[in-house]
Amino acid sequence: MRFFVFMRLIVNGEKLEVLNVETLQDLLKELQIEPQRVAVEINVSIVKKSDYSTFKLNEGDRVEIVNFIGGGYK
Amino acid sequence: MDDKLIIKGIEFQSRLWVGTGKYKDFEETRKAVEASGADVVTVAVRRVNIIDRKSENLLDYIDPKKYKILPNTAGCYTVEDALRYARLAREAGISDLIKLEVIGDEKTLFPDVCGLLKATEILAKEGFIVLPYTNDDPIIAKRLEDAGAAAVMPLGAPIGSGLGIRNPYNIKIILETVDLPVIVDAGVGTASDATIAMELGCDAVLINTGIAGAKDPIAMAEAMKHAIIAGRLAYKAGRISKKLYATASSPIEGML
Repeated sequence: MRFFVFMRLIVNGEKLEVLNVETLQDLLKELQIEPQRVAVEINVSIVKKSDYSTFKLNEGDRVEIVNFIGGGYK
Repeated sequence: MDDKLIIKGIEFQSRLWVGTGKYKDFEETRKAVEASGADVVTVAVRRVNIIDRKSENLLDYIDPKKYKILPNTAGCYTVEDALRYARLAREAGISDLIKLEVIGDEKTLFPDVCGLLKATEILAKEGFIVLPYTNDDPIIAKRLEDAGAAAVMPLGAPIGSGLGIRNPYNIKIILETVDLPVIVDAGVGTASDATIAMELGCDAVLINTGIAGAKDPIAMAEAMKHAIIAGRLAYKAGRISKKLYATASSPIEGML
């Protein structure tokens, strides 16, 4: 039997409810984000790429996922 | 001619560096970067769009294997923010290079040099190759060198202003004051501005708006490429000194 586990997170400032997401790697997969080109902060601490698969997310975590954009200023 | 810019062991093919902001689209960015011949492109660090995952990525157009990606801390007004963005940039990227900006004022976008100095010191200790965007102030340039900056990037004029090199004498003094590469960042409006910076002896010039904001950015990118090469060659060649009166270039002998 499989349980459905919901978790509420704040991802890039947006409230997000995810299903059966346990680790940061699960979240990136859920969001279809290629881990290679991003950096991630959980509650204002950077998580190393090598830790994505083991880093456990918790209810209410504030997640920031950033990448490179054109710039210049603004 | 072997005249390459080297910063902390990193060899640069081009003395023109380009920003990637303000272009119409990624295709135009790609074409302009290519026409400029630059091998360094600056990028900003921003949130991934988690709603629209189909949106394209700049790095699909600017191949990080072909270009050196130089992340900046544009838009940061405090030391804390600049450190945060720099650390995220290093984690997202592949190198320790950071173009450090700590902006002091929204209207002028002049750097907050006190914050800049502090952030430079911290990031240099963390192993970053710090390239601070600074004022055309030789004293601050020296302080940044002492704080561990790998190069200094004085402004020619305010970001996006296109006013050119407003104080060439200060830039000249900076060149004589620090024992670091000097890269003019901001203010270049047209090709002759870039040439002036290089003729002064600057090691490179970073241009964004001067290219992206031109009527034809791709043609301007090419113009800037030639302007940088011309300025560098003229600097190396050594210009003649200025005189008030004429000096004839044709001999008098043999005249009728």
